[in-house]
Amino acid sequence: MKAMFSKKTLIKLIRSNMVPLLFFVICLGGVVASKLSFLYIVNEIVNRLDRNLFLVLSLIIPVVAGMGLNFALVIGAMAGQIGLIAIKVWNIGGILGLFLAMLISVPFALVFGYATGILLNKTKGKEMITSLILGFFAMGLYQLVFLLFVGTIIPIKNPEIVLPGGIGLKNAIDLSLIQYALDNLLSINIVGVRIPVASFILIGLLCLFTKFILKTKIGQDFRAVGQDMHVAEVAGIDVDRTRLVAITISTLLAAWGQIIFLQNIGTLQTYSSHEQVGMFAVAAILVGGASVTKATISNAIIGTILFHTLFIVSPNAGKNLFGDPQIGEFFRSFVAYGVIALSLALHAIQKNFDANIRAESAE
Amino acid sequence: MGENKNTYIIELREIEKEYYGNKVLKGVSLAVKPGEIHALVGENGAGKSTLMNIIFGMPVIFSTGGFTGEILFEGRPVEIKSPKDAMELGIGMVHQEFMLLPGFTITENIKLNREILKDNVASRIFGPKLKTLDVAAMRKDAKKALNELGMNVDEWLPVAGLPVGYMQFVEIAREIDKKNVKLLIFDEPTAVLAESEAEKLLDAMKMLAAKGIGILFITHRLNEVLAVADNITVLRDGEKVGSMRKEEASVEKMAQMMVGRKIERVEKSKGRVEKSSEVILSIRNLYVDMPGEEVKGVNLDVYKGEILGIGGLAGQGKIGIANGIMGLYRAKGEVYKNGKKIELNNPRKAMENGLAFVSEDRRGVNLMLDESIELNIAIGAMQVKGMFLKPLLGLNWIKLLDERKVRENALKYIKELDIRCTGPTQKTRQLSGGNQQKVCIAKALVLEPDILFVSEPTRGIDIGAKKLVLDLLVKLNVEKGMTIVMTSSELGELRSICDRIAIVYDGKIEGILSPQDSDTDFGLMMAGEYKSHSKEEAL
Repeated sequence: MKAMFSKKTLIKLIRSNMVPLLFFVICLGGVVASKLSFLYIVNEIVNRLDRNLFLVLSLIIPVVAGMGLNFALVIGAMAGQIGLIAIKVWNIGGILGLFLAMLISVPFALVFGYATGILLNKTKGKEMITSLILGFFAMGLYQLVFLLFVGTIIPIKNPEIVLPGGIGLKNAIDLSLIQYALDNLLSINIVGVRIPVASFILIGLLCLFTKFILKTKIGQDFRAVGQDMHVAEVAGIDVDRTRLVAITISTLLAAWGQIIFLQNIGTLQTYSSHEQVGMFAVAAILVGGASVTKATISNAIIGTILFHTLFIVSPNAGKNLFGDPQIGEFFRSFVAYGVIALSLALHAIQKNFDANIRAESAE
Repeated sequence: MGENKNTYIIELREIEKEYYGNKVLKGVSLAVKPGEIHALVGENGAGKSTLMNIIFGMPVIFSTGGFTGEILFEGRPVEIKSPKDAMELGIGMVHQEFMLLPGFTITENIKLNREILKDNVASRIFGPKLKTLDVAAMRKDAKKALNELGMNVDEWLPVAGLPVGYMQFVEIAREIDKKNVKLLIFDEPTAVLAESEAEKLLDAMKMLAAKGIGILFITHRLNEVLAVADNITVLRDGEKVGSMRKEEASVEKMAQMMVGRKIERVEKSKGRVEKSSEVILSIRNLYVDMPGEEVKGVNLDVYKGEILGIGGLAGQGKIGIANGIMGLYRAKGEVYKNGKKIELNNPRKAMENGLAFVSEDRRGVNLMLDESIELNIAIGAMQVKGMFLKPLLGLNWIKLLDERKVRENALKYIKELDIRCTGPTQKTRQLSGGNQQKVCIAKALVLEPDILFVSEPTRGIDIGAKKLVLDLLVKLNVEKGMTIVMTSSELGELRSICDRIAIVYDGKIEGILSPQDSDTDFGLMMAGEYKSHSKEEAL
């Protein structure tokens, strides 16, 4: 009897963590097949966590507030890039430049986030697809501004970043003036693994902030609105405003996340750095076991580790298995989009499964 | 006079409300004193819920043009424009469908949007929204409210796993935790409760009334009314048809008042086939998981050539039966047609087996509103039976729409059913409700079903068109011998055309009545008290 029970709980445990477990197995296979050294992989994972975790964490609050996965992270990332372009123009580097970029991105992120929120409030129930398409639309506007307005309306003359014709920003902007500004501020080496302590402190602070805000009145409102807008409204909570706040916070965090990401990379791909931000962050948190209705900090951390492990090992695994690194490359994007589709499908299967159980136990 | 007025907590005067030209409240007045339990009884659609929504300032009232009449709260005229206004006045509401968040604990639900907060560094700088919740204090309050109701449940449990009865008490605890509550509205609080739970709830109500809180109790369980109410008001079709003190009331009297209406019977012509005793459809142990209309074990036989009515109050599961058989909601159980088992959860199989369904959701399920009448009529048969298709250049595996046949078919039905339209290509969105319903029926008829399920065929249709739709159903039954299973909230309509009427209560068939049976029987059955009541009488 007792054995039966524990078996049942085990099955339940596996079923509820199906996605992370599945990816853990794939990662394990990939690590073995890639024949990379363990130290190399760990170093890379630490590096990727440093780069991406902030962005992934910024997804949590909108999920709690019932707005699904915020693909409009892209728009926040653009705000961050505006900050970076500004410090490049003024040529302010180092940690000072980094924080200045963060500061400059704040008003942009707040305005963008607020506008996104207004739109999402008009499309309740379809937030994910709206934010995805909104991201694409914003890319168009972004290109308009930085390809056409720079040099004409916006007076930027710096030949290092402006195209030879004097109009529009170059495709790639060197950010070496702030590269590793945060990562090298305080960094230690443990058995060959370089750990950027300052960056992780910042990420830790974000985790604390997320935890803290969910314990406050506004956090309680997020959770109430996320569970049932109607009930929240009848209880007197201003649903629209609460959702606005949630998406604005997320957008702001995405802006800062993108700045941290790019200080690690060291080059701003003016027209494409932001492109995949939403997609990759969403994929990572989904791999970590989050769903469109539930996301936690541990989902974000586990997901980022698993998703990026797969990214690290797949080119080598592809080369070793098929004799062609290109297949590994292909496998990467296959993984990114496949993950989203798979975990959404698993989520639906889970729901269907639960409904079946309910129908079965109708008596 | 002035003093007298002040003794009422709330007084409603001549309340009238219209929804899209449909008058649902026609000058209702009532008043509640402190410590009084005032019961409001009536069928669905009698206007009870609308009245409550008006008192509680629900947004649905104002988004549909407001209401006329006067509300006095403690003798003063008030305007209640939102639930917040109502709460500030001291009106609490225990909702019929739980207003609880399943993922929150009992405490969090009781304190929803009234959380006890404490300052922290961030809130001092950035404002009160960042104050932290004082969970300990909240739990203490919640515990107190629960204790007051005699509830012995841990206040930190999540609501999701609680038995329904407990959820109802959590709702009440939330209301009494509001310090200034003077009037409590209970909107069918016992509808989802088991008997013992319901008794506990009634005790709690009495206890609250004894504290001087006025209670407005909406229900259709008539014995409960007798058990607790001081005064009773009966509504029917938006009108107050009676009010009495408890001493004057009896279950029969209330049942009759609730249902009583003139019934016009659409007489069937003599040429119709006598009702056979051949069972065409037999339903065994049917469970349907349709939210709000759950079916919990229905056994029912449908005889060939009859019109069977399925009636009952909203939320009892009558709508779920047809939806379950047709595969639109998840169902479990057995359905046999002419002895052959029909696969459930598969709408296509149901249609292939000669069943057709005109859903209660005319605009959502039945029609493609932006498509033409002709396509709407043809689409079902096209999909299920492969009608109206022709092969492309003799290739059988590429089928094209046979527009000529679609048109001919549409013209035939437009004439036959007298669909008023500009032509077969008119979009169905532009049709009136009655004509839309005819298109739906035509669509079902093209399938040439043996059994036609019709749900709420006259909902949202004006009176003239209602009769036409009902006449059409009778005509189909008489002339084509079609078996019809009609589900409707309007008892009068069921009694006007059906041969037998099954009344659903709590997801099961409470009983089957003939249309000529008394109002009292119908009333008792719909209130789920037929069996117990007749037993009592037998004793």
